[in-house]
Amino acid sequence: MTPRGKEAAALGLHRFGFGPRLRRDNYSLDAIATDPRGAILADLERPKAGYLPVDLPSSTQAARAVSDFRAEEHAKQKLAQRAAKDANGTAPASRMSDAAHPPATAMAVPPPLADNKKPPLPQQIVQNEASARFDAAVESTIGFVERLVWFWSNHFCISADKDVATVGAYEREAIRPYVLGRFGDMLAAVESHPGMLFYLDNVHSMGGASIDGINRDKGLNENLAREILELHTLGVRSGYSQADVTNFANVLTGWSWIDPAEPGHGGEFVFNKRLHEPGDQVVLGKTYPDEGVAQGREVLADLARHQSTAQHIALKLARHFVADDPPPSLVAKLAKTFDSSGGNLKALAKTLVTADESWAPQRKKLRPPSEWIAATLRVAKATPEPSSLIDLRTPADDWLNIGRLMNFQVVLGQPLWRPPAPNGWLDTEAAWIDGVPRRLGIANEIASRARLEVDPLDLLEGSLGPLASAETRQTIWRAESRTQAFALLLMTPEFLRR
Amino acid sequence: MSFPHAPSRRAMLAGSGALFAWAHMPRLAHAEGRDPRFLTIILRGALDGLATVAPAGDPDWIALRGDNALRFDSKIPPLKLDSFFALNPAMPNLHHMFQANEAIIVHACATPYRERSHFDGQDLLESGLPQPAPSDSGWLNRTLHGLASAGRVEAGERARALGIGPALPLVVRGPAPVLTWSPQNAPAASEDTARRLLDLYRHADLKLANVMEENAKLVAMEHTDDMRKAPGNQPRAYFADAAGTAAKFLAQPDGPRIGALALDGWDTHNNEGIAGGRLAQLLGSLDGALAAVKANMGPAWRETVVALVTEFGRTARINGTDGTDHGTATVALLAGGALKGGRVIADWPGLKPADLYEDRDLKPTTDLRAVLKGVLKDHLRVEDRALAETVFPGSKNIKPVAGLVG
Repeated sequence: MTPRGKEAAALGLHRFGFGPRLRRDNYSLDAIATDPRGAILADLERPKAGYLPVDLPSSTQAARAVSDFRAEEHAKQKLAQRAAKDANGTAPASRMSDAAHPPATAMAVPPPLADNKKPPLPQQIVQNEASARFDAAVESTIGFVERLVWFWSNHFCISADKDVATVGAYEREAIRPYVLGRFGDMLAAVESHPGMLFYLDNVHSMGGASIDGINRDKGLNENLAREILELHTLGVRSGYSQADVTNFANVLTGWSWIDPAEPGHGGEFVFNKRLHEPGDQVVLGKTYPDEGVAQGREVLADLARHQSTAQHIALKLARHFVADDPPPSLVAKLAKTFDSSGGNLKALAKTLVTADESWAPQRKKLRPPSEWIAATLRVAKATPEPSSLIDLRTPADDWLNIGRLMNFQVVLGQPLWRPPAPNGWLDTEAAWIDGVPRRLGIANEIASRARLEVDPLDLLEGSLGPLASAETRQTIWRAESRTQAFALLLMTPEFLRR
Repeated sequence: MSFPHAPSRRAMLAGSGALFAWAHMPRLAHAEGRDPRFLTIILRGALDGLATVAPAGDPDWIALRGDNALRFDSKIPPLKLDSFFALNPAMPNLHHMFQANEAIIVHACATPYRERSHFDGQDLLESGLPQPAPSDSGWLNRTLHGLASAGRVEAGERARALGIGPALPLVVRGPAPVLTWSPQNAPAASEDTARRLLDLYRHADLKLANVMEENAKLVAMEHTDDMRKAPGNQPRAYFADAAGTAAKFLAQPDGPRIGALALDGWDTHNNEGIAGGRLAQLLGSLDGALAAVKANMGPAWRETVVALVTEFGRTARINGTDGTDHGTATVALLAGGALKGGRVIADWPGLKPADLYEDRDLKPTTDLRAVLKGVLKDHLRVEDRALAETVFPGSKNIKPVAGLVG
């Protein structure tokens, strides 16, 4: 029995989005209760769905800016070191001349930053990207497309721990444009993006028989090729061999970037022929003639069409949205759509939403921290317009700033764009449940700063509606204050799970 | 504790407390050579008035609460107020104030609210309206606004506002501008909040319940060696910090003169612990907050009134889980050097079953608005008409209690 009406509206917004967005007179549950599936499907049809309405630096611009910044910082340090050495290391005899020559330290100390509160440039770049991403999640009406972006971004993750400059732009350039497009196009964009090539060590991989390989006695790095097969497309233990990995790595030699230290054009993708292993390569039983960069594009195109890829993606998508152990019938439907549509991700998203299995009333998925924070903000977020349901105001004029939101994610063990490994954040309850008690501190902090003028039961109704159990209702109803009621609401099983 | 930074004008509307300020004192008070201070502390969650100030001399008292009754011959002796009433032993500072004629206890006191919802009850307590209704202003803000618009506050620098705590209570919101200030550390989630959550998880989600229980064990282990961080001491530090900071602002020569803040945690349904338990810890924290106010006020203490008020009381009888449920009448506590103190004011309704409100709660015999109107009238010189129409609308028939301040 699949839920209907308002219950389905609440289920759908939590499962496919970030929960209802509460604003005065705009309880999205009621707005979509007549046709919840239709409302969620309609999110896919919005013009420019997936794009962010922001003007942020491209990954190459960001990479160059960070490279320049680091070079300047390094120069400042060198000057300071020199000055310190001059001041300490000079012999007493030479001090005689000090009166005539002012000490070097006076000039070498860099002037203080104009605005000490601003984080250093690399962090600023990440914060601006993070801010745009949070805004999109918190302000979206339905949120399904944003959830898809988050899913694919995690599937094809890179990490700011390795390269802080490009991580946000990478998502905008390689994930968002294709989130409702073709899987093969996203795959091609991702694997040729400088962010990915640097993250998985392909920028310096070279064929043993390539020009540079011979001249420099260096060779292959298999990392990218292996992770493409294991994580991005076919899936682990799907039948490829070590020879396939090696050969594919040879195919990908030359897929590199221009060093961001190069002024003017650094940080861009380049196919460097001198790194590329010459000759045909056999991958998964098929021979790919050496056509330079096209050789790799053809392997990727075949991988995107592969049956194992369809299975792998179908399982991950169902696991992410529906259940840790999703019903095989749902996985089969998704794999079939992937296959028959040529990896059309919009068709795949539609199959997900239209399948009855996706509307099972059991809500066992534990929201990972990032989603929980977004869902929380959709209930609590300060919005400049006076119509906001709850107005969070802060002494420091913007308490819930992006730095704090990112810190929440750190506290909860899911720092934004910093997954510990290329397989991304795990998508099962076991990965996140131990961190739930830490969420209480954050829920309490947000609630205690919220200016709550609405009845907590209205908040409960607007956010969970028919999903709330009698025990949950009673818990909220019995809270000793609105602050406590709000903190408890954010921590109810119905709000933690979806 | 060092004095906090001067609050900025930009820091509008935040904090669970706020202080109004004007450049000079009210004109009438000024003419008399006075400079009155008034601090309101909202106790959210419904304070058990009978456990705070026990009617130990009432022959029906022990029958009502049994082992949970504070009595004159309790093991931890209560603090005697008179031949009838005894103060909870967790509040020695309030007792000293009482003995120095600096505290008044009003018992069997309640707002006009007769239902039992915290949220509506708190709204009514703070809005000052006669019945639950949406309100965007509180009686304390309207008090200042009325004084200012009637030219009763000397002109000069515009009235400023200031907040103590992370969110601004309704009592202080409204047309008069408010400055806010927040202690650096917002109160952490209370044990009570965690316990409520655990109760819910045990009924609804055992996996989450297990995780919460395991975590609680770890936290308990961590805290064995560090008493300062022990959960029981946490409200104590926050209460004293918030109230003490409010006093520092109020004590300043050109500082604010009226303020409010909220202290949570009084909803004691389970294991109330009137002596040595949870309520005793909370009352001790509150007592510490009062001591901090007195200390930080310095010489201004003699011109100060602090009103501690709560949305309603708790059941007269103990419930099935050694706690008390939502009730009706309770105590209002007044402290400050400006008071004609050392008195318990009570038109005592009695504790026989027939005396109780709906056979369960202490019956209200004094309207809290009468007490607050009495303070506002005699301490701040707010006029009767303003009190009856704008501060507490529709309260014409509620006469201010005379002689509280003097």
